Amino acid sequence: MKKSLLLGTIAAVGVLAGAASAATLDDVKANGVLKCGVSTGLVGFAAPDANGRWEGFDVAVCRAVAAAVLGDSDAVQFVPLSSKVRFTALNSGEVDMLARNTTWTFSRDVDLGLTFVGVNYYDGQGFMARKDLGVGSATELDGATICIQTGTTTELNLADYFRSNGMSYEPVPIETNAEAQQQFLSGACDVLTTDASGLAATRATFEHPEDFMIMPEIISKEPLGPLVREGDEPWSDIVRWTLNALITAEEKGITKDNVEQMAAAAGNDPEINRLLGTEGDLGGMLGLDKQWAMRAIAAGGNYGELFEANVGENTPVGLSRGLNALWTQGGLIYTPPFR
Amino acid sequence: MKPEPYVRREMLAPQPAPLGETGILRWMKANLFSGPVNSVISIAAGLFVLYVLYRLLPWAIQPSWNATSLSQCQDDPNITGACWGVIHDRFNQLMFAFYPHELQWRPLLAFGLMFVAIAPVLFDKVPRFLLAFTAMFPLLAIWLLWGGSAWPELMVLAGFFIGYAVHKALVGPAGELTAIILGVLATLLWWIFGVSPVAEMLQGVVPLDITPVESSKFGGLMLSITIGLAGIAFSFPLGIILALGRQSDMFIIKTLSVGYIEFIRGVPLITLLFVASVLLNYFLPRGTNFDLILRVVIMVTLFAAAYMAEVIRGGLAALPKGQYEAADALGLDYWKAMRLIIMPQALKISIPGIVGTFIGLFKDTTLVSIIGLLDPIGLANSIRGTTDWNGIVWELYLFIALMFWVFTFSMSRYSMYLENKLKTTH
Repeated sequence: MKKSLLLGTIAAVGVLAGAASAATLDDVKANGVLKCGVSTGLVGFAAPDANGRWEGFDVAVCRAVAAAVLGDSDAVQFVPLSSKVRFTALNSGEVDMLARNTTWTFSRDVDLGLTFVGVNYYDGQGFMARKDLGVGSATELDGATICIQTGTTTELNLADYFRSNGMSYEPVPIETNAEAQQQFLSGACDVLTTDASGLAATRATFEHPEDFMIMPEIISKEPLGPLVREGDEPWSDIVRWTLNALITAEEKGITKDNVEQMAAAAGNDPEINRLLGTEGDLGGMLGLDKQWAMRAIAAGGNYGELFEANVGENTPVGLSRGLNALWTQGGLIYTPPFR
Repeated sequence: MKPEPYVRREMLAPQPAPLGETGILRWMKANLFSGPVNSVISIAAGLFVLYVLYRLLPWAIQPSWNATSLSQCQDDPNITGACWGVIHDRFNQLMFAFYPHELQWRPLLAFGLMFVAIAPVLFDKVPRFLLAFTAMFPLLAIWLLWGGSAWPELMVLAGFFIGYAVHKALVGPAGELTAIILGVLATLLWWIFGVSPVAEMLQGVVPLDITPVESSKFGGLMLSITIGLAGIAFSFPLGIILALGRQSDMFIIKTLSVGYIEFIRGVPLITLLFVASVLLNYFLPRGTNFDLILRVVIMVTLFAAAYMAEVIRGGLAALPKGQYEAADALGLDYWKAMRLIIMPQALKISIPGIVGTFIGLFKDTTLVSIIGLLDPIGLANSIRGTTDWNGIVWELYLFIALMFWVFTFSMSRYSMYLENKLKTTH
């Protein structure tokens, strides 16, 4: 801390006028560590385990980028960010990228000066209520008290949905997801609303999950994805194509286990060859080496493997692929070709 | 002859007091059942306490210490209440967060040495030479907690000696005021321009370093104590200066103090924390690594100092004017009068308020969870973010409450001891 203390003090008095560097890639390489903003704790997406190691679906994206750029999936400094400070932290350069279940919206993309590089989870806002409330559909919720997390898109969607359906509601604003669960369980509100993935994860922790129902209506589109600062195209390309590499890997059947073997020699599928660097030099175009995608995939596996390991049906979160299946299997997960 | 009235001629052996007049019975009679109203209230309150315990204890006493996940607790038919496994599983994390395991003796050592450092301040029987250690402790603690080379700390320390030496050398030829100004100036110049290069050079000659630990690894109770203690240690002297400034006759000093105090007291702490974490990032050049914990400590200190100043001003105002006049009559100058006569009395009066501010400050450190620092409250959120412990609430919060209670309660007991000791009325 002392060096930073001194540097900080000096900077504060304006002696040191550090020129803002636009090349995030150079900064990351120079630091030898990727600073990645994540949630302070969201089941299946980001949380530290008992040993302090961060795990989760969003965390895996950070690790893949770190593996591609720095060659080490552990060369990540995870910066837990609350939903209020996340964009400032990114814009001010406190983190190099954000993988914090953040919804891609027009105003965030255009107005806040952020660049969303893709979607790693298609979510949508849903409602959960006690079965004995006797409500079968969200259209019957007129006059309900609703627990809602502040400072998120869910808050705005809720207002839109109730207004367009001519219904009224009483919001119970709550800071964190965990608090919302507790308030809901203790009966402070009739209905809990958040992203459907979060509702499923929450319901799984209840002592009697069968007493609660998730309503069929999904009232919003919540494409969640990693994002970077606007104005550094080489860096956003790296994050974007790292995510795309994970998706292409699933499409082409490249897994954590067979990636090294497939990268050892060129095979019959030219796209796999290009992706894994046995043909052409896609990595060089990104400013990385040829093996970048291989390392990203080897870090945690392809998109499907990451999904299954963190939020899939065999985990306590228990999400089905649904919209997040590959486009070839009826989902929305699709990537431009590696060519 | 009239019969002699009965006169006892021998002493009676002393008897124990009647059963109802001693021990617990007497205490109960005097305090709980001294009248019909009191008796009713006592019985009602007693029943209430019993009811709370009746509901709470079966929930709290559970064989769940070894559970490794909430679902394990829910599936086990022997466990029908609290799932304490989360404390067992995450105890280390709640204490140290991500601080490396093998280095955790360092914060522990710093914590232990803290007691040595504050002992001479708290108790007057402790040898006075330890005060030198107290003065050096902040630098030592910084070194132990953050690690790295020890030379910058030693060089910062050297700055004080440089200032003293400059003052000493110049006080003869240049006069007192010039010497003080130049001494302070020399120290500041040394800190800004001298410390970094000299420390680096000395580190090259004599390596004196331990493994560095970044601020991002800090968290848990350790972070609360670090922020709380730093805030307490620095806000107290700052508060005294501000209180004196507010009472000063000098217009500029008085205006500055009043403006500062009223501005800071008019702003919620959380706003200042947001300024520290969010706004400062925009003002500082990109890439500047101005440590977040340091920023938070500065903000907490500035905040607490304003409250401290008002508490101490209360003490100053409570002193009879005669005390000030007596000091003047003795021919003491301003600083001597303050140090020897006014402050000891004013601070004594203010003890409850000062300790109350300290306790408030320590508890306010939990607000840092809102800006993403993982203090115990923030960690509780992260722990719930894992699939193992999603949905666990009361056990964590109760444990955190207990940890905070231990600290705040000891502070309040110490303040009572101090008030008793300093009591001069009879």
